[in-house]
Amino acid sequence: MLTDWLYVGLFFLVALFLPAAAIIIASLIAPRKPNPIKNSTYECGIETVGSTWIQFKAQYYIFTLVFLVFDVEAVFLYPFAVAYNQLAFYAVAEAVLFLLILLGGLLYAWKKGALEWV
Amino acid sequence: MSALQIVFLVTALVTLASGVMVVTVRKMMHAALWLILTLLGVAVLFAILEASFFVAVQVIIYIGAITILIIFTIMLTRRVMEDTGPQTNRLWWIPALVSGGLLVALVFAFITWDRGYVDLDFLPGSAVGIAELGKAFVSPDQFLIPFEVASILLLAALIGAIYIANEHKK
Amino acid sequence: MSFLTDPIKFIIDWVVSLLNSWGLSEGWITFLTSLVGGGVIALLAMLFVIFLIWYERKLIGRIQDRLGPNRVGPFGLIQPFADMIKIFAKELITPAGADWLPYNLAPVLSVAAVLMIWAVIPFTITVVGTDLNVGLLYLIASGGFAALSVLFAGWSSNNKFALLGGFRALAQLISYEVPMLIALLVPVMLAGSLSVTEIVAQQKVWFILSAPVSALIFLITSVAEIGRAPFDLVEAESELVAGFNTEYSGLKFGMFYVAEFLHAFTAALLFSTLYLGGWRGPFAEQVPILGFVYLVIKTFIVYFIFILFRGSLPRFRIDQMMDLNWKILTPLALSIVILSALVDKALTPAGMVVRVAGLLILNIITIVVTSRLIDRSWKGRKREIVTTPRPVAIANPGKPESQESASV
Repeated sequence: MLTDWLYVGLFFLVALFLPAAAIIIASLIAPRKPNPIKNSTYECGIETVGSTWIQFKAQYYIFTLVFLVFDVEAVFLYPFAVAYNQLAFYAVAEAVLFLLILLGGLLYAWKKGALEWV
Repeated sequence: MSALQIVFLVTALVTLASGVMVVTVRKMMHAALWLILTLLGVAVLFAILEASFFVAVQVIIYIGAITILIIFTIMLTRRVMEDTGPQTNRLWWIPALVSGGLLVALVFAFITWDRGYVDLDFLPGSAVGIAELGKAFVSPDQFLIPFEVASILLLAALIGAIYIANEHKK
Repeated sequence: MSFLTDPIKFIIDWVVSLLNSWGLSEGWITFLTSLVGGGVIALLAMLFVIFLIWYERKLIGRIQDRLGPNRVGPFGLIQPFADMIKIFAKELITPAGADWLPYNLAPVLSVAAVLMIWAVIPFTITVVGTDLNVGLLYLIASGGFAALSVLFAGWSSNNKFALLGGFRALAQLISYEVPMLIALLVPVMLAGSLSVTEIVAQQKVWFILSAPVSALIFLITSVAEIGRAPFDLVEAESELVAGFNTEYSGLKFGMFYVAEFLHAFTAALLFSTLYLGGWRGPFAEQVPILGFVYLVIKTFIVYFIFILFRGSLPRFRIDQMMDLNWKILTPLALSIVILSALVDKALTPAGMVVRVAGLLILNIITIVVTSRLIDRSWKGRKREIVTTPRPVAIANPGKPESQESASV
């Protein structure tokens, strides 16, 4: 199994290397004439107003939190799914209980308006 | 020095160095980026230990979810993106002393430990291993109760977060 | 196994025996074959994108009742090459104040994240990059890296619009990972393994018949994960400039473009592998190269469907997208996993045909019930009345009200 992960590691390095090589070749070929107007940040063609920060909506945070909870739940369920064919019915019922508890959590979030994009 | 040992040493060095960078770099966003590298290093360590399931879980949960959560937290609590926090406070030498003492004590304890090693059962990391983990999750005499309690814990976390966020809105 | 029935494996074995005859040790042989094999797959995938761009532009043109590119070369086949040369020659403008490392890492990472998926897909019965025993979770982890690259791009550009676009894209990507994760539990349950080769090997009956709802959820969430129409709010031209890749020019932008097309093809490849049986087909076991042909045909059919989505569906608004994900797809995915688990376990003593039929009926009932529920909740919604209907033009020849007559 170590050879599997070695392959994955090498593949990742190759996959990082190929676009990087292409970009390096492009940076050698392309013209390079920087001037301050070209390098200024884009704001629909006018000068930038204010420093670069935005009013951050708390809604992003709530979505990420709900995503995290369901991510962890799915990770718990994958070993169960792999062992599914060897399990008895009561074991499946227990995992269904796990899923129902989290479905209840989703419904709570829905009713409390946490899933609205304001 | 086999190839595996070299890979392990390089990975450990990268992980430790990125860990140090997380706490010493000035800009908070850069700290989050070094955190990604640290977590990747831990994933590679799991791969060296042949715990394939945990490599995937580490990347999916830590790098894919928790890092994003941390970055959003940084954005939520800082007025400007490039805000830098103070590196140390005035009494920095007290915790340095305590953790240095702890390090010395641990190294001493591990070096003088003479009780021999316990051989753990070699759990195959192949699909058999993951199926065994799955069966253990739902067997009443193994880990069923922690499995169900974990779901209630996740539910509690979800409800708590939504409650706090709703209060904030009002 | 002769050259004609299985050319790829034949070449691989020939290279290995060549390296063996040079006297290299086992470890070095593995290292070199992994490196070369991975490099070949990655290079071929990236070069294939050129053909995909041509295919898509022609097809979109036909959907919009026009010819696609047809000037440069026969049928416009040289067009993507011309575009490539143009993009290579454009100046790489770096905005002032951009953070150097994430800014340059983002396009490279977005292509790398998609290429990594190709390492675990079985192309024929004998050819696979690596038979990772957690292949499916590895695929999901690659999707997480693609989301990270969007974050890097948006944040490091030092541009408000890029930042906003990056965060919205990130919110969309992570939201749509949830139903994908949960819906992928069903093929894992049916196959009994996380390894992609094993999932394909277990598909005597294609999984799209046993789990059509799961396939549908995977299809929709794949399209959303790629950021393609109808979910392409975050890079739509009329909104937020160009979203998170506002400040990229030249080949770096080209890399995002390549990553999007490659991701679309890879998602089609994944769908064919997980639900349409991959390389399975008549005589695919005896003549392995036929398996590769079947896989390519199935992938192109699914890719065709993706292009049809792009050409015919209007774009979603961001709140409609989030509603679709959290209020429809996630409960549907959770319910279908619960019901499939219970029904499959209840029907296990019966034979394979009864199981597949039972699951199929369950899925059809679920779809019907879900569509009824959606219809009912849609009808109950009151539309806001913003203004009463007013006449557009007042036909009144006597009064000189020329200013009012054209009011809307």
